[in-house]
This record gives sequence, structure tokens and C-alpha cells, in this order.
Amino acid sequence: MKLSGKNLSFQELNEAVRDTTDEHIELCDILGHRYIGAGSSGRDIVIEGVPGNALGAYLSGSSLTVKGNAQDAVGDTMNDGRIIISGSCGDTAGYAMRGGKIYIGGNAGYRVGIHMKEYGAHSPIIVIGGRAGAFLGEYQAGGTIVVLGLGGSGCPIGGYCGTGMHGGRMFIRGTVLPGTLSDQVLVEEPDRHSRLLLKEILSDYCRYFPEVSANSLLKDHFFLLTPNTKNPFKQLYTAC
Amino acid sequence: MSGDFLYPDYEIIRDFSRCTVCHDCERQCANGCHSYNEKLGRMVADNAKCVVCHRCVSMCPVSALKIVKTDHTFKQNANWTGDVIGDIYRQAGSGGVLLSSMGNPQKYPIYWDKILINASQVTNPSIDPLREPMETKLFLGGRPDRVEYDEKGQLKDNLPVHLSTQVPVLFSAMSYGSISRNAHEALAKAAAALGTYYNTGEGGLHEDFYQYADNTIVQVASGRFGVHKRYLDAGAAIEIKMGQGAKPGIGGHLPGSKITEDVSRTRMIPEGTDAISPAPHHDIYSIEDLRQLVYSLKEATSYKKPIIVKIAAVHNVAAIASGIARSGADIIAIDGFRGGTGAAPSRIRDNVGIPIELALAAVDERLRQEGIRNNVSIIAGGSIRSSADIVKAIALGADAVYIATAALLALGCHLCRACQLGRCNWGIATQRPDLTARLDPDAGARRLVNLVTAWNHEIKEMMGGMGINSIEALRGNRLMLRGIGLTEKELSILGIKHAGE
Repeated sequence: MKLSGKNLSFQELNEAVRDTTDEHIELCDILGHRYIGAGSSGRDIVIEGVPGNALGAYLSGSSLTVKGNAQDAVGDTMNDGRIIISGSCGDTAGYAMRGGKIYIGGNAGYRVGIHMKEYGAHSPIIVIGGRAGAFLGEYQAGGTIVVLGLGGSGCPIGGYCGTGMHGGRMFIRGTVLPGTLSDQVLVEEPDRHSRLLLKEILSDYCRYFPEVSANSLLKDHFFLLTPNTKNPFKQLYTAC
Repeated sequence: MSGDFLYPDYEIIRDFSRCTVCHDCERQCANGCHSYNEKLGRMVADNAKCVVCHRCVSMCPVSALKIVKTDHTFKQNANWTGDVIGDIYRQAGSGGVLLSSMGNPQKYPIYWDKILINASQVTNPSIDPLREPMETKLFLGGRPDRVEYDEKGQLKDNLPVHLSTQVPVLFSAMSYGSISRNAHEALAKAAAALGTYYNTGEGGLHEDFYQYADNTIVQVASGRFGVHKRYLDAGAAIEIKMGQGAKPGIGGHLPGSKITEDVSRTRMIPEGTDAISPAPHHDIYSIEDLRQLVYSLKEATSYKKPIIVKIAAVHNVAAIASGIARSGADIIAIDGFRGGTGAAPSRIRDNVGIPIELALAAVDERLRQEGIRNNVSIIAGGSIRSSADIVKAIALGADAVYIATAALLALGCHLCRACQLGRCNWGIATQRPDLTARLDPDAGARRLVNLVTAWNHEIKEMMGGMGINSIEALRGNRLMLRGIGLTEKELSILGIKHAGE
């Protein structure tokens, strides 16, 4: 199905997407339409324009491809599937996502990957080609976040990264980290096992962004950020 | 420092003329209070370990045990009471945050007990519920602005999605993890039998309980535990938890030790990791943002589910509720400061938030003034203790009420307020298999059904007395209420007259 978003409200657009039996859907003239693909599975949706907030919220297996930028809350609480954004995205992408992949070509806003978690075979992945804003991976409980910082220099992530982190991992390309990393974050050089994981992730990412070469990226320096405990708030409580 | 020793608040008294040394008390107590002293040849008790849950008292086959408040005391002081002194010793010794559970036990006014209900005499005669039909069925959700007809003059069904319950009582959110699987099963079965709803809390929905989906409200909170498409589709409604009466402004934290294999599967997080729900949803900083979450849930479930937004009763609750009523939510749940919890910092539980009676009256009044009361239904919770509390809540403006503490009491809870220890001897607030096995879900469900059925009959009696035969006609009917011993200000906030007026 091919559908233009012109003069359609988000409700009308999404209803048309839900109602069609077509697996492959092309949406054009998208201008801030929210919740595209929310909760869907088994769809392959290609979007031209700028989708609105909560693109692919609760995504359950569909594939969403955005030719352009996206706004806030991409892949909120998504469980499975793939979201590819050729441009940049706004804040809180991948909030509490439990599975699937979000690949962003450009930059990402604040609070990306907050509450990301993993369970069983589900382990979500976010790759950001450019830079990420502050509070990246706050309360991260699982999954993998990769920030490449392509086309820029210096530290590719904002401050206060990983506060409350208690699971998962982040790979940050470059040689500088912000001075405001949380005490709960352990900074290490990736070991062999982690490098293999990184290679696997980057190779997949580069399938969608062929202008980037995984092999040349892997020659660069990456920091591996992991939590230093699974129980960050084992604060001493006193019963009364 | 030895000066930190605190004499236990309660003492276990054993009548040795009755005790047969059967060791039942020892077997029943997960806190290890009771033991056999060989030298003395009799059972002894360690008062310091006792949480006053009465399990041993209830189970002693010869009624040899009782638990009494100690008469040991600090030198009497109205300001520096024994509790205050004890807390300081505890914190000076441990450096820890005081933690406790269940609802605020402090001496604040209980407005339910200062409100009286009307009855008809002579005129507008009372109705006998034993021989007249009385309606307690109600619908929760928005109401359409107007009646609409199609071209053929037929009535159009323009009702927004709603919940329908046979009784004005729903079981409020308690997660699997904070309470046991058997407690959840009892709630689910009772909800199904009563034609009402129970609420998953934010612990996800156990695979075995999808069969009760029609009577289940699924919750989405800041940690989004166990939230996925099938979970959202399963529930009869989806509740967004913004706050909780027992601990407004702070989040939840289920320690890794309580994330057992089964809890882990339901929450969809690895075993043994902390389940942290931060205070705010980190993507909600405004009513606009809340609206986004409301609509993302509606979109993901094809507009088939009513959305509930639950907030704690706090100072500016009326303005917040006004925002929520404009956010696209169908139902607002307001939780007063006496609402229960499985664990909360004591200072927050005891000092933050406001009584549900005042919050409810303020919200109902504000929404009416703004002409948006029919956009939403209101569920009031936070210590509803009886059918009289329910009648008063509905007359103050609630559509229905949430109960949780009362439901746990029906399941055997003795309100010892030690849920945070995870050793509940009644099998409710624990995940220890030997303890959870003590709660029979079928017997528990029967007791819940008994309680709500009895309350519902009492509600009908009180409605009949007022000459009202439908619960919908009681909603916001404040003329049916009078205050007793309240100030002008309190009466004006509650929107009721004083008794005698």
C-alpha cells in the first residue's frame, strides 16, 4: 500500500495502516504524524518525511524505515522489530525497550535508551551514528547502546551518562568520555568477547548504512561502559 | 553502642498452663520468634523478632499465646515520644532510611468518620432493597456530550470505550512480586466472580492469569516491567501509574532478592536484578507528554481499551486532575495518603500527600466547574475501609472505589506492616514457597467475594434509606452528606453542610 499523509490526522493515517492487509506499506508526506506502527508486527513500513513522536511504540516485530529525521520517543517500550532512521531523532528513543533494534544515522537527543532492559533471548540494540545527548542509558538494565560520533570530534555523548545503570552495556567510540559519568558506571577497554559483539552489531548496522565501514570503525578506540553492580540502590534500609 | 538497645514494643505472652509444647508456633513463624529451650523444658519467645502478625496466636491449637503492647516505656514526653526516640537510635546506629509498609498509621483526621449519611423519613420514602430492584452496576469511562441519531432516527452508539462493573468496588494495583502468586490468583478469581476488576500493578501479567483477562486492569508504570503488545491487548483497561498514595513523588524499588524465577519471567527482567521504577516517567514532564503516552497506548490497542491515569492525592490534585481529564484519559484514579504499599520510606508514607476525602471533593468540584466532569470517571482509593466509606466517597463525587488493604485483610493480612521483610507468615507479601503455600487461592477468592457481596448489600441498604435506587444517582449527591465536628473550611472543601443544617 502506498499512502500520503497529506491532510490526514495521525488517527486517520494509523487506522489506514492498521486496516490494510498489505505487509509492505509506503507512507509519504509524513509531517509529525504520531504513533506510526505502534504495537504492530509483521509490517514493513517505509516512511518519507518526518514522523511524529512515539514512532513504533510497543513495536512487536515490524520493520520501520524512515528516510529523514524522526522526533521524540522512537521505539518506546518496543519489544521486537527494527527501526532505521537515516537522519537524526529526538529525545528518549528506545525508552524501556526490551528487544529489537534502533539504528540512527545521525544524532540522537537526550535520555536515549533510558530503562532499556533485556530478558531471555531478547536483547535490544541502539546504534547512533552521530552524537547522543545527555543522560544516555540512565537506569539501563540490559541491552547494548553504541555511539559512533561519526563526522564529529571529541566526546560523542553528553553528561550524566548511565546514572542508575544496573545492566547491559554501552560502546562509545572515541578517546574522551564526559567528566560527569555516574559512579555506577565501570569504564573498561572492550575484551575479546565484547569486541566480537561490537563487530556483529556494526556489521549489521552497516548493511543499512553502506557509507559506513564496520571494519574501519573497528580499528578505532571504543570505551566499554558496564554497570558496577546489578543492585545499584542496595541502600541500607532500617525497619521501623 | 549498647545504649541503642530498644525494648520491643510488643511482648509475646505464653500461658504455660495451656502450652503443650507442640512446636506449632515455631513452625508457623518465619521470623524465628519461637524456640524450644531444653534447659527450661519449655517453649520460649524472642520478642525482638516479633512483627505482631498474629500467625502463632491464630494457629496455636490450645490458645496459649497472646501478644500485648509492652508497658515498658521511656519517660513520658508528649514531644519526644518513644517512637521518635527509637527511630533516632535506629538511624544513628545504621545510617539507613527508615522503611515500612502498608498505609499511613499516624493520627491525622479521618474525614469518613466525620461525615454522616442521610435517610428519608415520611417524604421521598426509603426503598427496601430486599423487595425493590437496586442498581449497583456502573460504567467507567467518558460520557458522550450529546445523544446522537442517524438518518433513520435510530440512536447512535457514540459511547466511548468503558469498563462495566457489577459493584462499585475494584481491587487496586498490587504487583506480582510485592504480593504472592496465590494472592494474585485469589484477587483474579474474586474479580471474575464479582464482575469487577483486579489490577496487575506494574509486575506484568503471569502467564496463568491471562484466563482472567476480561477482569484484569494492566498497569504501565515508569519501569514498564512486563509491558508488551499481548499484555496490553489482554487487559480490559490499561492504567498508567503516575503516583501512589503511600509514597507520592517517589518510585518503586523491588529488591533483586524478591525477583525469583517466576517473578522474573512475569516482569521480563533477569533473576536477581533490582526492579527499579523511578519516581517520574522520564518521558513525561507535562500534560502534553502524558497525552502522548495515553494516545500511544490507545493507538497500540486500536482504541479498544479505556485508559486510566492513577495519581497520588497531593496539594494541587484538582489542577492535575483537570489536566488529566483533558489528556484523553478515560478514568482518573486518585490514591489518598492512607493507601497501602509493600514498602515505602516511613517519612514519606507518614508525611506526604493529603487525605482522599478532601482530594476527591476538590477534584470533582474542579472538573464540574470546568464542565469536563463527564470526560472522565473517577476511582477513589487510599483507605476505603467499609461500605459506609464507599457510599460517602460516591456521594463526594467518585464513580467507584479501589480497595487493596481491605482486600488483603480479607485474605488474612493482620496489618503488621512488615511487608518489606518478605517473610509474610500469611503467604501474602512474600515469595517464599513454604509461606505462599499457606494461602489457598480458592478460599481467598471466596473470602473476597464474601466481603464485597456483603458490602454491596450494605450499600444497597444505605441507598434505599436515602430513597435512591441507582448508584449513578448517588454520585456527587453531596446533599446526602453532613459533616460532624468539622470547620467551615473543611466543610467548604468537602462541599457539604454541617449536621443540623
